[in-house]
Amino acid sequence: MATSVVHTSAPAHHHYTALGLDSRKVAIWAFIGSECMLFVSLISTYLIYKGRSVIGPLPHEAWTDPTTGHIYKPILNIPVTSASTFVLLMSSLFMVLALAAVQNKELPKRTRGERILGSSKLWLWMTAIAGTTFLGFQAFEFTSFVHEGLTIRRNLFGSTFFTLTGFHGAHVTAGVLWLVTLLAIDYRRGLTSKDSLLVDISALYWHFVDVVWIVIFTLVYLIK
Amino acid sequence: MDTHASTTNLPDSAEGQAHAPHDEIEHAHPTWSTYWKVALILTLITVGEVWLYYLPSFVASRGFVPTLLGLSALKFAIVVMFYMHLKYDHRLFRVLFTGPLLIAGMTLIALMFLFGHLHIKIM
Repeated sequence: MATSVVHTSAPAHHHYTALGLDSRKVAIWAFIGSECMLFVSLISTYLIYKGRSVIGPLPHEAWTDPTTGHIYKPILNIPVTSASTFVLLMSSLFMVLALAAVQNKELPKRTRGERILGSSKLWLWMTAIAGTTFLGFQAFEFTSFVHEGLTIRRNLFGSTFFTLTGFHGAHVTAGVLWLVTLLAIDYRRGLTSKDSLLVDISALYWHFVDVVWIVIFTLVYLIK
Repeated sequence: MDTHASTTNLPDSAEGQAHAPHDEIEHAHPTWSTYWKVALILTLITVGEVWLYYLPSFVASRGFVPTLLGLSALKFAIVVMFYMHLKYDHRLFRVLFTGPLLIAGMTLIALMFLFGHLHIKIM
């Protein structure tokens, strides 16, 4: 597909900084910068307490309760989390395709492929569904952990793990709600290239949530 | 990665145009095919990471953690550059993102030293 992505993000009512940049985009980048600090503080806490839990269940090792003799299996389920990571990565692709579709709204779509790629509703729906699927995976993971004996109050691993991944899940939830509002606008009056900044800002937030998960997946799940 | 020249992001008000530095705002975004290629690369790296996790000999080696951290950093950079368009956007956005990220990263490393997870060997 040789169609280019055209960037025309000048809305009718805008707020430009002295540099000629839209202040809303400057604001979302500043917000993302502050969010980096939030998540690094949570990741730091997780890493500081990593391997210091006195009792199990533990992330990568089996643990036998000395009082009851009950054996707790390693709690992390890598295949399930790998699948949810793949879903979130694909959601970033869908989001960027949604943005491209809105930016190119006014371009003529001659072929079926161009019509599919140019459908902002389709890609926004796909992103929202992928985000919701990721949340479903997380709900499944949390529920299975609780059933296996790991709660937020059980040990240091439980406290730091649920806090970190719970905060991330809350951000994904906020992102899905944001996508739903964009879909509502798209169904109500149709998103045009003049609205591309609205979608661009939400896309930046969504991709940020994705990159945070990239880091969490490696540090929490893969590194033993 | 192939890019295509795009129309400008210039504000359409007189005030905005007076302040808009033409060459700094004008930029190109990737094409759809680039987005698909990026997704494929990200998927392959993730598959590679999980594959490494299931190699006991590599997990036990000293290269395991640095390799995974490197692959994670690569995925992070790819998403930020191509999906968040930081490679193509204004320099101010790069500063707004990398500034806090550097501060946060240095804080993380300092905390790791403080709590004994990292050590410096003194001869």
